[in-house]
Amino acid sequence: MTKTERLLNLVLVLLYTRRALTKAQIRSAVPQYSSAPTVEAFERMFERDKDELRELGIPLMTEDIGLAFDEEPAYQIHQRDYALPDIAFETDELAVLGLASRTWAQASLAGPAAQALRKLQASGVERDRESLIGIEPRLRTVEPAFDAIKDAVVRSVPVRFDYRRPEAAEATAREVEPWSLVSSAGRWYLNAWDRGRQAARVFRLSRIVGEVHPIGKPGSYAVPPDHVPRTMVRAQSAPVPDHAPAIVRVRSGAGVALRRRARSIGEVDDAWSLLDLDYGDVEELADELSGYGPDVIAEQPTELVDAVIARLRGAAAAHEGAAT
Amino acid sequence: MSASRPAPETATDRLTRLLTMVPWLVNRQGIDTASAAAEFGVSVQQLESDLSLIFLCGYGQMPDELIEADWEGGRVFVSNADAIAKPLRLGVDEAVTLIVGLRALRHVSAVAYGGAVDRALAKLEAAVGPQASGADRIAVAMDDAAVQDTLKVLRGALAERRRVHVSYFVPGRDEQTERDVDPIRLVGLDGRWYLEGWCHRAGDTRLFRLDRIVDLTVLEVDGTPPEQAVERDLAGGSFRAGPDDVVVTVRLLPGATWVADYYPVESREDTNDAVTVQLRTADTEWLVRLLRRLGGRGIVLDPPDVASAVRSSALSALAAYDV
Repeated sequence: MTKTERLLNLVLVLLYTRRALTKAQIRSAVPQYSSAPTVEAFERMFERDKDELRELGIPLMTEDIGLAFDEEPAYQIHQRDYALPDIAFETDELAVLGLASRTWAQASLAGPAAQALRKLQASGVERDRESLIGIEPRLRTVEPAFDAIKDAVVRSVPVRFDYRRPEAAEATAREVEPWSLVSSAGRWYLNAWDRGRQAARVFRLSRIVGEVHPIGKPGSYAVPPDHVPRTMVRAQSAPVPDHAPAIVRVRSGAGVALRRRARSIGEVDDAWSLLDLDYGDVEELADELSGYGPDVIAEQPTELVDAVIARLRGAAAAHEGAAT
Repeated sequence: MSASRPAPETATDRLTRLLTMVPWLVNRQGIDTASAAAEFGVSVQQLESDLSLIFLCGYGQMPDELIEADWEGGRVFVSNADAIAKPLRLGVDEAVTLIVGLRALRHVSAVAYGGAVDRALAKLEAAVGPQASGADRIAVAMDDAAVQDTLKVLRGALAERRRVHVSYFVPGRDEQTERDVDPIRLVGLDGRWYLEGWCHRAGDTRLFRLDRIVDLTVLEVDGTPPEQAVERDLAGGSFRAGPDDVVVTVRLLPGATWVADYYPVESREDTNDAVTVQLRTADTEWLVRLLRRLGGRGIVLDPPDVASAVRSSALSALAAYDV
């Protein structure tokens, strides 16, 4: 209670004053400082408070005022730097800002998102809650590394973290210059320059293990001006089909997704259809077809048939002990 | 018990709230304490405690230098607070959340809000200044090119409160079903769009993935959802655990460990050469499909009937190949 009171009084004093105040003037204006037992105790307290206010984004300025014999720092908060500029939002604009804020309702940034909206509505205009039809994009931030990486991206701070590749047992230490953060298909990805590998890399945040450590100052590197956040993640998968379609036999009523994308469908008899399917990668198509089990039989090409048989044999063998 | 108790509020957290609360109240003289407390997400008791603190502060300690605050009779009046009559500029996180959120909305529906998204974005970016550049580093890729038409039709149905008929495909069961749905809202969650609505076939609220809606018709029928239709809490994602769920333990070998990242798992245990996970599901059929495609790189440890289903279905498929 006392500390919040002290900080609020300090903010009020420094905002109200027309000219910058010396420490002695501040001490006499803020009652919680006046009661500090010694000058040293006051100065320690004031230094800490000053740093904490700056952490909050309060623009506390230090100015040197030249007195007759010695330079003494003096302090002030300028209203023009402190105050949110007047923005006249219409009620429908505030309504979409409300939706934008709710985007983060289930994320670690829910607090700042709600606070931002309150600030914009402080002037007294209420948002029109009724006019919005229910369309709600939602972002979640379940990855433990999200907050640390987000701070590093926004402030351009190089970081070190341990990263576990999907098929590797051990995590390896990576040192990177974060460029951007992208949410794609519900996952967060970091686009960054990997210092060790001397190349741009994409990291999935869920694979970052443990703490994220800053290893440099904010703004100590430049993000390439032509870097576009979303493309790097997308560029990773690009199928290029340039061969004859696969032929598969599908039991009637089954293989709904295959039928939807088949190039052509022929009815063999009441029980089976024959489908021509375009595909990119034999192994990927074999994965999909194996999923259908006895309802879908691969006919051509041979390597597809072999790949499906290998999966089915593997699945049966892995469950050898199970009753059938 | 003590582990779940939230950390006590810090002085700076409280200061942040007070600096926003004062201008908000100054512009709403006479507002009732309950509404003000709700806006700031605190109890009325906490609000009153905040007001008594504000009441003791000022740019000096003479009575006319102190902030005046009065909340007798449950109505709040705050005055003599000129120094902090405007809120502090938006911080980086505050600016970034709103700008990224607005861009996501614009992506969904640039025209649906009568241009309000673009207008709000322009004003906000101007007011925020250089802080806004942080938002350029955070992007949301809503992968919705394939469902744009479906989104558009459903937006119209929602706006006009009409019932829709959907042909809905469930890949996990390899089946297509026909349903009448009263739309409640469209939700973009984890990069996918869902229609939440009252499903007349299930007699319950359901989430439908837009990319699985094969066919969609807007019906000439009022689509106001019944009273018992409530929005689901989506904090845990689209997945909802049910009382009849089966917990299946699966050992994943190299080549199949992606499953642990891809599906919501109850528990996960990493060893040198494998990952063992527990998956909770109401429908084991999709899991049997998944295990067939993993081709032995995923092994069901429990329950035995799921393991049996994998083996017998794989054997019966192999029979068709004459091998």
